[in-house]
Amino acid sequence: MSDPSASPTAVQPEGHQPESGPPPKGRRMAATPGSTKTAAEAGRKPARSRTGKADTSTVLAVSKGRTGAARMLLGRDAIMIYVLLVVVLYASIVIPRFASPVTVGFLLLDVIPTLLIALPMTLVIISGEIDLSVASIAGLTSALMGVLWQGGMNIALVLVICVLAGLVAGAFNGVLIAYLGLPSLAVTIGTLALFRGLALVVIGDNAVANFPPGLTAFFTSKLGGTGIPTVMIGVVVLIIAFAVVLHFTPFGRGLFALGYSKEAATFVGIDVARSKFLLYLATGTVSALAGIYWTLRYSSARSDNASGLELAVIAAVLLGGVSIFGGKGSIPGVLAGVLLIGTINYALKLDRVSEVVLIIVTGSLLIISVVAPNIASAIRRARHSRQVRSAPLP
Amino acid sequence: MSLDSKSTAPAHPTPEHGRTSALGSLLKLRELPVVLALVVLVAVTAAINPLFLSEQGIKDLLLNATILMILAVGQTLVIITRNIDLSVGSILGLVAFSTGSLFVAAPNLPIVAVFVLGMLFGAVLGGLNGLLITIAKVPALVITLGTLYIFRGINNAWAGGTQYFAGDRPEAFGNLSVDTALGFPVITLIAVVVVAIVAVYMLGTRPGRDLYAIGSDPDAARLFGIPVTRRVLLAFVVNGLLAGLAGVLYASRFNSVGATTGSGLELDVVAAAVVGGVAIFGGSGTVVGAAIGALLLTTITSALTALRVDKFWQQAIVGILILAAVVIDRIASVRSARKLRIAEARNV
Repeated sequence: MSDPSASPTAVQPEGHQPESGPPPKGRRMAATPGSTKTAAEAGRKPARSRTGKADTSTVLAVSKGRTGAARMLLGRDAIMIYVLLVVVLYASIVIPRFASPVTVGFLLLDVIPTLLIALPMTLVIISGEIDLSVASIAGLTSALMGVLWQGGMNIALVLVICVLAGLVAGAFNGVLIAYLGLPSLAVTIGTLALFRGLALVVIGDNAVANFPPGLTAFFTSKLGGTGIPTVMIGVVVLIIAFAVVLHFTPFGRGLFALGYSKEAATFVGIDVARSKFLLYLATGTVSALAGIYWTLRYSSARSDNASGLELAVIAAVLLGGVSIFGGKGSIPGVLAGVLLIGTINYALKLDRVSEVVLIIVTGSLLIISVVAPNIASAIRRARHSRQVRSAPLP
Repeated sequence: MSLDSKSTAPAHPTPEHGRTSALGSLLKLRELPVVLALVVLVAVTAAINPLFLSEQGIKDLLLNATILMILAVGQTLVIITRNIDLSVGSILGLVAFSTGSLFVAAPNLPIVAVFVLGMLFGAVLGGLNGLLITIAKVPALVITLGTLYIFRGINNAWAGGTQYFAGDRPEAFGNLSVDTALGFPVITLIAVVVVAIVAVYMLGTRPGRDLYAIGSDPDAARLFGIPVTRRVLLAFVVNGLLAGLAGVLYASRFNSVGATTGSGLELDVVAAAVVGGVAIFGGSGTVVGAAIGALLLTTITSALTALRVDKFWQQAIVGILILAAVVIDRIASVRSARKLRIAEARNV
């Protein structure tokens, strides 16, 4: 992470030749009439720090970040949450029938698989890796579930075996990536094909639909009149669990360190291989849960269940402010990202916007969410360097 | 890997390098495992089912591989620079559909013009990816994941439920995937020419070598004076161009093009490159390897059918193949790293 972000800084002036043309003119213009202002600044700054060297460091520190409440209220996550709130408010006002329990219910039911898998995916991407095989693990679990249930096994046992299957699939990824040190992108492209292939082997092109009605009804049931699906209780428990692990335990802090620099993390005493292995166990297990949910929600076990979900999950996680290079991100931000995509899609669907246009929205959101901060920081950098250059020499 | 060490070799002239025999360097080729796998696969299949290597059988094999081959070549350029392009499936779909509508709108347009327009369209889309990545300095994975959705969405919005069938296109255009020259289908010959041109470009020209340098170490490449931004942009434009070509060929090869043409293809393409020995983190691999990787992946499907293996096993086997390629790549890089260390230690 540090390298790619550091190198643009170095080449920014060169790359932005046409853009950095106008600023000097503006700077000169600002400097002549505002010479009293720069004088005032010059008077103020040395007063704060005696040596010229410390002067630049304070400027750097100011441009670097905020602290305390401001940081929480103006951070990337907070912005995502504001955007989500604005979209929800706007949709409730403008789109008829949006603000209703029915909306809440269907929106959440639709978004749960993405939401579930996004949790461990956040941790994986923060630690600097990726897992593309999640949707295939969900598909494999779904296929397994169909076949075992068809075979007359007790449903409780079926569910246990399915979760274990996810665990094993995750462990397979984990061993290859954490202990053999293979690149996760390549490995999980392989297991993406492998697990989906195994799902096909298990169930072929059959579909199993006759799951116990009580169970499928439970998975689409709502909590009273609120419209919130009952399953959300379990999902919320998982969300809290992942948030606590990531943000309030040494293990979680270690993941950020891992994402920044594996070498440094090793030297600080983090067991890099074990941490990664555990993460892949988590993605496997949660993907299995998502597969079970998918099967019972649509009461259909097929080999192609949840296919393509991996890219949707990653898009949502990145939109939620997780850096693809690792080392940056948070669970609240990701929640906002997942719900934002879900809400916009649902609102547009209600507004009769054709479903096919929706993916344009998803894609644009993703690109804007990564490009905008970069442009903002480029502007901030330009302003900062202008400040430094215009400051008179002591 | 071997190419990579060749490019850095002049910096450390070691006597060992001069003494490697022709056989030794052949054995060290990164394409060797995939070539061997392909040969074994074809031999075993042909031994069990002789029809597999009939004239029609070979023609089908090559036809099936053509489009993936071209895409894999383009993807290789991008991966070598330590980037990735996930939007190729969507670019292919968009170009294929626009080819279909072009023929309906202007039935008398010469076929060459259609090819040029399709490739230009693809290059524009690829250039868009490249510009976003190089100017905004955002990782390629994220940008092309976004444009994967955007291009697909545009394709969906444009096509709606419309599909263009082979009947909407001039017969000569469809014949490109039927006629053969020298025993090869015409579109496969196009693919082979593409592979040859790009392979020579990557081996023998400065921009081609620059791409390897950028993938090995972007910062070092920049310090060395390589115009990194321009080269990466070039890789994306060429990749888009080739995806456009693949799109036009897709329209020729397959009966219908519509809103979902080519969706899900992106991971197959990356898989073909990885199987062909292109390291996912850039700096090593060849387009020939990637093309053979594509041929291997599509051949497996046909071979399993010819062997009457349950068709449901195909995808699982492809997965195992990708994992095997990754493991082989890892072993090769560990070995060459050790060898380099020893060579350097002797030199000092």
